[in-house]
Amino acid sequence: MRTARFNPLPGLNLTLGFTIFYLTIIVLLPIAALFLALLDISWSEFWEVATNERAMSAYKLSLGASFIAALLNATFGTLLAWVLVRYRFPGRRFIDGLIDFPFALPTAVAGLTLASMFAANGWLGQFLVPLGIRGAFTQLGVIIALTFVGMPFAVRTLQPVLESFDRGVEEAAASLGSSRLRTFLQVIFPTLFPTIMTGFALSFARALGEYGSIVFISGNIPFQTEIAPQLIVMRLEQYDYVGAIALAMVLLVFSFIVLAAINCLEHWAARFERQ
Amino acid sequence: MNLPKKQRERTSSSQRSTQEPGWVKWSLIGIAGLFAVVFLFLPLINVFVQAFSKGWVHYFKVLADPDTISAIKLTLLVAAISVPANVIFGVAASWAIAKFEFRGKSLLLTFIDLPFSISPVVSGLMFILLFGVNGLFGPLLDHLGIKIIFAVPGIVLATIFVTFPFVARELIPAMQAEGSDQEQAAMTMGASGWQTFWYVTLPSIKWGLLYGVILCNARAMGEFGAVSVVSGHITGLTDTVPLRVEKLYNEFDPAAPFAVASLLALLALVTLGIKTYLEWKTERDEHQGQQLAREVVGEPGKNFARDLPAHSPK
Repeated sequence: MRTARFNPLPGLNLTLGFTIFYLTIIVLLPIAALFLALLDISWSEFWEVATNERAMSAYKLSLGASFIAALLNATFGTLLAWVLVRYRFPGRRFIDGLIDFPFALPTAVAGLTLASMFAANGWLGQFLVPLGIRGAFTQLGVIIALTFVGMPFAVRTLQPVLESFDRGVEEAAASLGSSRLRTFLQVIFPTLFPTIMTGFALSFARALGEYGSIVFISGNIPFQTEIAPQLIVMRLEQYDYVGAIALAMVLLVFSFIVLAAINCLEHWAARFERQ
Repeated sequence: MNLPKKQRERTSSSQRSTQEPGWVKWSLIGIAGLFAVVFLFLPLINVFVQAFSKGWVHYFKVLADPDTISAIKLTLLVAAISVPANVIFGVAASWAIAKFEFRGKSLLLTFIDLPFSISPVVSGLMFILLFGVNGLFGPLLDHLGIKIIFAVPGIVLATIFVTFPFVARELIPAMQAEGSDQEQAAMTMGASGWQTFWYVTLPSIKWGLLYGVILCNARAMGEFGAVSVVSGHITGLTDTVPLRVEKLYNEFDPAAPFAVASLLALLALVTLGIKTYLEWKTERDEHQGQQLAREVVGEPGKNFARDLPAHSPK
């Protein structure tokens, strides 16, 4: 260990030792258990249960619904962040506070209340269901719940960047005769884009692992509204550990890919901001 | 504003060129506001309306049910263990990470964030593979007569796992921002390590710590996926409040799950209330600090303000 200069503060050994001990017991050991369990499964067995028809349709829904939800979050999240940062209007603080609500609300409650709102006799369902828009116990319901839980990530990622955005650039564009729309599309949006993508990836990652809210709103119909985490629970309830472990491993790999993508995006966004 | 006239004119004209036309502005506000109210606010109101749809008496009857009471007790117990455990970890980790330089720090930071990117269901499964009947330590635990999975210890462990990063993530940047000059000064003047921590470090990070604690607590009390996998759903024994909501949802009384869910919605509202208060307070403290600095040093940009280390660019 090298220190750049003399550091008289005590406690490095104690705190770092405890940190590593606690991290190992609580986080690393359980993760290791999953990898160890994988060793007991032969490759062909793994491939069979990880890629059977039901598993494939669960991945497809998990990835597809998470993608659409993240796209909706990036769109509405950008709109909300823009409105909250740039405009002053009555109720602004109230809406700003609402943004964190999906983060603070337990997901089970989110799923419960969204399912009841979009059901045929619910507050929104009574208008939407006659139009053929069914938001409860359908794939659309899955998208709705995933959008709800991911919303704060998109808004809160963009908000601070938008707040520190250098308006001198906009003024320069305007003084050079650029229209407001053109300034937005060619000057503001490209600068914000890496951050919007980070928000997109964060809410995608959140959606990919989500379970609590989906239990209530999806109806859990195999091949139709069953997402990957739900199928893992289903396999566990049948004591099919091999099936559960294989699916969990695939989901874990998806999460790590998204995590790596988020890291790259954050580097990109940070480099962008410096320029 | 008491800017000189020329400057004021420049500000207003530059603002005009960087603002959207009124109709664009108000339509954007309208769409965003409508979306937030319909998609974020109505669900909250819906919880309470449905909870009271059969009247106050029915509402309290659901809450007074012995199985609901035991679920509330279990949730409080789980939070009472997992939050302090993660606070101790968060303080230790942030002290080591913020005050010292060592190799492998960024790897450690990545590891601390890991639980955020693992699906709660997968985390629950990991604990079954460790402590379940057929798990790594299953035979040993069975021999000792200790039950972790489908019992309270498993619920506590799963909750600690999913809430692991919350406190540490708030404290690390807070401690890094404070630096270690004040601690070093205290040590030079003869304070012991603990005294330095209690009287110098802790007061400076208390709001960040509280912020982390309330977020950690909200997640600990509301966790569903991980807890659902390890709990075994034994009514009256291993049902937490969110699991109780699910069980009631699958029964005949449509108002009952909402009555229990209203408790969790209240928790979310209290959490948001404290969070907003803390953010407002930090903002105000910063503002006052800046004002104080101006009063002591004079207007920034004049005199010796440039000597202030606080103005050094990032």
